Order: sequence, then structure tokens, then C-alpha cells
Amino acid sequence: MIKFLLMVNKQGQTRLSKYYEQVDLGKRAALEADMVRGCLARRKEECSFVEYKDYKLVYRQYAALFIVVGITENENELSIYELVHNFVEVLDKYFSRVIMFNLDKVHIILDEMIINGHIVETNKNRILAPLLALDKMAES
Amino acid sequence: MMEYFCAKSTTSGFDTVMTPSVRLQEMIRVIRSARTQGEERGIIQRECADIRAQFRQGDNGERSHSLAKLLYVHMLGYPAHFGQMECVRLIASPRYNEKRMGYLGAMMLLDEKQDASLLITNSIKNDLSHSSQYVQSLALCTLACMGSAEMCRDLASEIERLLRASNSYIKKKATLCAVHIIRKVPELAELFIPSARSLLSEKNHGVLHGAVVLITELCERNPDTLDQFRKAVPELVQIMKGLVTSSYSPEHNVAGISDPFLQVRILRLLRILGHNNDTASDAMNDLLAQVATNTDSSKTAGSAVLYETVLTIMDINSESGLRYEAEQERVLWELNEAAGAIAQHTPHEQRDFYYATVAGAASAFPVMSMSYISMTSLQKIVQTDHNAVQRHRGTIVDCLKDQDTSVKRRALELSLALVSAVNIRSMMKELLIFLSTCPLELRSQTASGIFNAAERYSPSKRWHIDTILHVLTTAGGDVRDETVPNLIQLISTASELHCYTVHKLYRALVKDISQQSLVQVACWCIGEYGDLLLKGECEEIEPVQVSEDDVLEALETVLQSHMSSPATRGFALTATMKLSTRITDNVDRIRSIVSIYGSCIDLELQQRAVEYNALFKKYDHMRAAVLERMPVIDKNSPGHTNGDTSGEVKEPDTSKPKPVEAGLLSEPVSQVCDLLDLLGGTDTPLQPNPAPTSTSTTTSSADLLDLLGGLEPTPVPSVTVYEKNGLSLKMQCDKQTETDITVTLIASNSTQSDITNFTLQAAVPKVSLKMRVRVSYSNQGAVHQDTVQIDSFPSPAWNGQPSISPL
Repeated sequence: MIKFLLMVNKQGQTRLSKYYEQVDLGKRAALEADMVRGCLARRKEECSFVEYKDYKLVYRQYAALFIVVGITENENELSIYELVHNFVEVLDKYFSRVIMFNLDKVHIILDEMIINGHIVETNKNRILAPLLALDKMAES
Repeated sequence: MMEYFCAKSTTSGFDTVMTPSVRLQEMIRVIRSARTQGEERGIIQRECADIRAQFRQGDNGERSHSLAKLLYVHMLGYPAHFGQMECVRLIASPRYNEKRMGYLGAMMLLDEKQDASLLITNSIKNDLSHSSQYVQSLALCTLACMGSAEMCRDLASEIERLLRASNSYIKKKATLCAVHIIRKVPELAELFIPSARSLLSEKNHGVLHGAVVLITELCERNPDTLDQFRKAVPELVQIMKGLVTSSYSPEHNVAGISDPFLQVRILRLLRILGHNNDTASDAMNDLLAQVATNTDSSKTAGSAVLYETVLTIMDINSESGLRYEAEQERVLWELNEAAGAIAQHTPHEQRDFYYATVAGAASAFPVMSMSYISMTSLQKIVQTDHNAVQRHRGTIVDCLKDQDTSVKRRALELSLALVSAVNIRSMMKELLIFLSTCPLELRSQTASGIFNAAERYSPSKRWHIDTILHVLTTAGGDVRDETVPNLIQLISTASELHCYTVHKLYRALVKDISQQSLVQVACWCIGEYGDLLLKGECEEIEPVQVSEDDVLEALETVLQSHMSSPATRGFALTATMKLSTRITDNVDRIRSIVSIYGSCIDLELQQRAVEYNALFKKYDHMRAAVLERMPVIDKNSPGHTNGDTSGEVKEPDTSKPKPVEAGLLSEPVSQVCDLLDLLGGTDTPLQPNPAPTSTSTTTSSADLLDLLGGLEPTPVPSVTVYEKNGLSLKMQCDKQTETDITVTLIASNSTQSDITNFTLQAAVPKVSLKMRVRVSYSNQGAVHQDTVQIDSFPSPAWNGQPSISPL
């Protein structure tokens, strides 16, 4: 099960966070900073999986952006690794410019892909269909 | 794809368009331009005030923008609870855009503990039957994210209805909603069983994925349900076969693998269904072999499937699983090959390769991910098939040398699991090299792993001692507290190695006094076996002439070093004192060292020094006897642990413990332990047979070390087991585990006169936890002898009385 997904920049600042289990707001900032520090400290040739407290972290770097996913012990980290890429490809397909100013749309995409910590859809067209439908209506 | 557009989405909900949230972008820019934390806080405070004002104004078309801003502020870690009611209001809005923002806010700001979450139950209920699938989807997603038990109860039948809907967009989300409901309210599970089963005939992958997750959840919760779903194994196998054998389908293709996400999920469910069940296991055997053979593991997606397959093969019914030994071997081999193949690319080539495949994304592919994964699966296999893994030892040992901590950690766990009596020497060589180079966070795990392995499989005592010393030299700061007493015990029993050990430790001490545990053991040995060190004859080690001054110099360095902990100084001071009977010329130097510490600022050390000083002055005639060599510490005797059953107080004869008679364990005797009492300030003339005066605490010899180390056992209530003629025996149990119990007996005399010829014998049978204590003493001319049996012991966890019966 996926516990959370974070998008952070190289400076370790959170750009987007989505939690699938309740984590106290007061603890989030420290938790995020600590995990991201751990991931950032790793060299490029090291593997993408780190054990952190009760979680396994799967992270991938895309230019200046890091995506960090916290998963439970029994989750298949390799498939999550692929999922992250899938997510980024969807973002890449939809957004032509800076995505960080369109956080709510990133949330729509994420909610189409993951619900309650489980994958719900990985097909790019189906993920984007609702968003495109909304855009179309906005134009007309 | 058209099915998503055919919903009546143009009606009702979509009257407002999604305008880009310009003001949100503006705010993000301003916040990002802040140069200090304080400045950021200031900006956010102003924005929050503005947002609050907007919320108060009510419906002016700006509310969703304000909430979007608040969600950003929330993500930065600032309080945003004042937006909760606004979420409730927006969810009820007829405008889709507002509703969407309201639901997003609810997912982020509300949790089930808040009253506000109750207020949205009705909105969710209405929206679940909305004419637009997108509105329905929002409600489903929110319920699956934060629905409280109460909400789940109210809405479960709605969700069950949606599972049977015709729209797969809704169905796939409803399945995961059902998973959430079952987690919140387990007794609702039954409700979803029939529809879950029928969902397996769906074609849509999203729905199938959800259905498999739902069935997994149902099966993990209830063994009866698990049984029921075993009948679905053929269906699952069929779906899986379809995925593995299907020709290229662009819809779900990931790196040449058809929907690896769904495959992984099905494999996991098969694992649960096949576990401990022959029929189910047999039904999936062929499929598993097929997946293992046909899956190309050169890309991550394939490895993900293969990894899950290995786990499933390992976990399903062992008897049929055995037929797969060859298959497992092959899979393992492939995983290792994959690891090797990827490792052969330089990281740079790697990145170029993947850069080309994913346009615009500089993906740094992890070289060692594969070996990390193969480590994990190998480790699972260790539990079942030791021999198969032994053959892969080379790879595993190579992984110990890997640069990556995650890989190293896995390799370490696996290496430790692989150590056996056969390979202990070669494995230990690798582990010791690993210890000296491994990251700090793995050190203590490595050290204790090495200790355990050495204790279980050491080929000889000498090897065992050498190994531990090696660990202490390289990682003395990262070992557990019990290492020192354990090693001391080991050394003391290896009497033929005393000379060798003390020489070796002395050299280590001269080289480095920063590793506290090493220094403590070295000091102890020098104190005990100093005479052997000075003799300079050692067969097994190149003899080095060590002078008395050299040794004292070394101990003094430890005493004075700022690196030494108080416990270490205690060891060093006692060692110095002990040397006073083992050397001939430099006793005066020892006397002056001891007297210096008589005014030491450390209380424990000062007290010890004052006692030793007194031993030099008042009780010099006893010094030799008091400082005798410690008796061999028998590990199995309770005396090995702290403060145990008191020894008998009798003549100073401390050379060897008495042989254990059948069923009767006589305690090692030492009067070193009585040092405290002897020097406790009574002026009673000392006699060879010292009588315990007013309060006599008898402790076993092992306590001396503990007292010096300041590690006194935590006090627990004591129980009187004997009270007669003014003599009372109190017993307290400090530690009780399944195999060990630590008992302290305190004897005290409440009469005016002295009790003489006091002896106390304790017998413990090997089979059960009982103790028989015989006490004999003379009081005012009369000789008394009594025996009591203690059938059960009080423990800190157990507050009852011990059962005691006089015999």
C-alpha cells in the first residue's frame, strides 16, 4: 500500500504532498525534510529504494524534481518505481509548462491514478480523460 | 475511451468553467520570493487573513480560489483548520468547480475526528447518485480517502450498488472505496463478497485491479472468505495467462510487459490463496512456471513481476513448491545475472540509455536496484532453502562491497543468515572486512551479528576471542553493553589462553585507548593476569618484554585520558590495584596512584580509591587474599549475571569453584565481594572467618565489576524468606527471563550480639525453577541450622508473594 507521495525540489522544499494515511500536520514538515534529506544524500548510481522507519521509500529524480513515495513493507517497490514513471509521463503529456502552478490539476491526475493508497488506473488516456473533458468544456 | 464522455456531463454540474487560479499563482510567486523564514511567515499570515475575510464574505465566486490558496499554505506546513467549514460549504455547491475544490480540501484538511466530516456525509450520499460520473467520482475518492466508520456504515450499501453499476469508471473507484469501508468497519465485509467475485469477469484493467485488491483485503481478514475465494483461482490464473501471453497491447504496455501493476497484484493474491493449500497451489503451478520463464527481466517492469513471482513460488504449498526448486534456482540465477548485466553499464551509459527512452526526463536509473531486489528475494528463500542460497554466496559477498547502503543492508542480513559451521571462517573474514568499511548506521547490527555467529559456530576458543577482539578494535564504540561481561566470561574460562589474551590486549591497549569496551576488557585482563604479562613468555604470540612501569604507565594513561568513561576508569583503577599483588618492585607507585584518586571528583571512583587505600593501610595483611585472581565465571551459573545468590562466607579460598554436585549448585566463593563490608567502617578485628556485623550484604564476586561500573540493578521489592533468632534473609528477584533469573539474598542480623560461623548454601535443581537454601550459624553459643525451600520467585512483573515452605 502507498502511504504518501511527495514531489520535492532539489532544495528539499515540498511542492506537492498527498497522504493516504493520517499523519499529524505538525509532524509532516519534519518527516518530509528528513526523508528528502536521506534521498538527496544518495549518489546517482545508488538504487532508488531506501528504508526509512516503518516505510520503504521509492524515489526518482527528474531534472530538478524528486518524487518520493512511501510504501508499506509488503508493497512491490519495483512496480511503484514504474508507477512513478507512469505518473511523470502523464504529467509530461498534459502539461506543457510549469506544472507547479497548477497543483489542483496535478491532484486531479493523482486522484485518477491512486485512491486510498492503491493504484486505480495506469492507462494514460483514461487518466487524462476527465481532465481533458473539463478543459474542453472550459473552452466552449 | 468514449465511455467517459458519454455521461450526461454537460448538464447541471458544469456551469462554471475552470479558470486558471491566477491569484494562487501570484501567491506562490510571492511566497517563493521570500528570503527568510520570517518573511515567509509574514506573507502567509497576511494571506491567511485575506483568505479568512473571503470565507466570511460568503458566495462571491472567489471561494474556490481562496481554498486553493489555503491548501497550498497547508502543504507548506501552516495551520489551515479554519478552512474546514468552507470545504463543507463548497462540497454542497451546485457548481462543479467549487465542489471539486471542496472535496479536495476535505481530503486534505478533514479527518474523521472532526465534526465537520459528519456534515459532508449527506453531500457525499447525494453526489454518489449524481447524474455526472465525475461528480460521483469525487464523492467516491473522498469517501475512500477520509470516510469515518460512521460514514462508511451509512454509505456502504450505496457503494455496493455502484460495484454493480455498468460504468467501469465508477466501478473501479467503488472497489477501492469498498476496501476502505472494510478496513474501517470489518463486519461490513460480507456485504461485498458476492459483487467482488463477479467483478473478476470484467475486462477493464482498472476494475480488475480494484477487484483483486478488494478480494485480497477480504481474504486477509477472514479465513472462511479465503476458503471461498480459492474457487476463484482458475479465473485469476486465466486473467494472468491472458496478460502474459497476450500480444503487444499499447493500452497497458509498460516496457514490453502487459500491465505489470495488475500482474503484481494478481500474483500477490495467488500467494495468499495458494498458501498451505494443495489444490489451489496445483492450480497455479503451471502459470507460475510460465511467468517465470516468459518474463523478460531486463527492465524494471519485468523484474517487478519476476520478483513477485519468486515470492509467490516460495510461499505457496511447499510440497508442490518443491517441484520448483529448479525453477527457483533459475529465477535466482536470472536475477543475479540481471544485477550483473546492469552493473556492467557505467552509471553514465545507464543514464544515457534511459534518457533516450524517456524524452525530456533525465532519469537516473539505479544501477543496483536489481541487486537490491534479488537480495530481498534471496533473503526470503534463506528461510526455506538454505542450500540453494549457499551456492549464491559469492554474489552476496560481492554485494557487501557494494557502494549502496540499501544494497549493503540487505547483503548483511543475508550474509548473517548464511553463516554456518562450515563456512564460518571465510564468511567471518568478509564480515570483519565489512565491519571496518561499512556505514556507521550498520555497524552495531554487524557487530552483534558477528558476536552471535561467533558464539554459535566458533571453531575454537582462541578464534572466538580473536574475533571479538577484532570487532572491539574496529567498532568498540558500537557494541552493546553486555559485550564486555560476555567477553570477560569467555576469557576467564579459556585458562590456557590467558597469557596469549593478556599480551594481545595489552598491545591493543597501548595502540588505542579510545575504544571503551576494548579498554575495559584489556584493563580487566591486565589486572587479573598481569603476572603472565610480565613474565613475557607466551608461546602463541611473539614475546615482548613488558616492564612493570610499562604496564602501570598504560593503566595510568587510561585513568587520565579524557576519552575514558567513568566505567572505564573504574576498570583501570581496579586493575592497578590488582597489580599490587602481581608485581614486585613498583607497589609504591600503585599506592600513590590509588591515593590520588581518593580525592577524585567522580564519586564511584573516589569511593573505590578510598577503599583500596584502606586496604593498603589498615588491612594490608589481607590484601593478597582480597586481590586474588577471580574464579572462573561459569556462564551457566546464575552468578554470571548480576548480584546473584550470595556465596558462602568462609575462609579465603577463591581459587576454583567447587564442582557441581548432583542437583546442588554450590556458589563460587570469593571474599573479594566482601570488600565493601570489610572496609565499611567497622572496627571489628578481622578474623579468617569474618562474622557479618550489623548489616551484611553478601554479593557474588561478579558484582565487583558492576559496582565499579555504576550499573547497580534496579531495586525491586524484596521478600523475607527466613526470619529466626534475629537473623533474617531477604530475597529479591531482579531479572526474570524464560531461561534466567537473578536473585539477590540479603542476610541481616537484628540482635545485639554477633552471629558467627554463618554459612549459606543454595541448591537449585536443573529442571524447575526452585531453590533450597540452607543456613547455619552460631548465635550466643547456640548453633542453628535451617533449610527453606522457595518454590516460586517474585518478579517485578508479578506482585504476588513467593511460595516458601520451611523443610
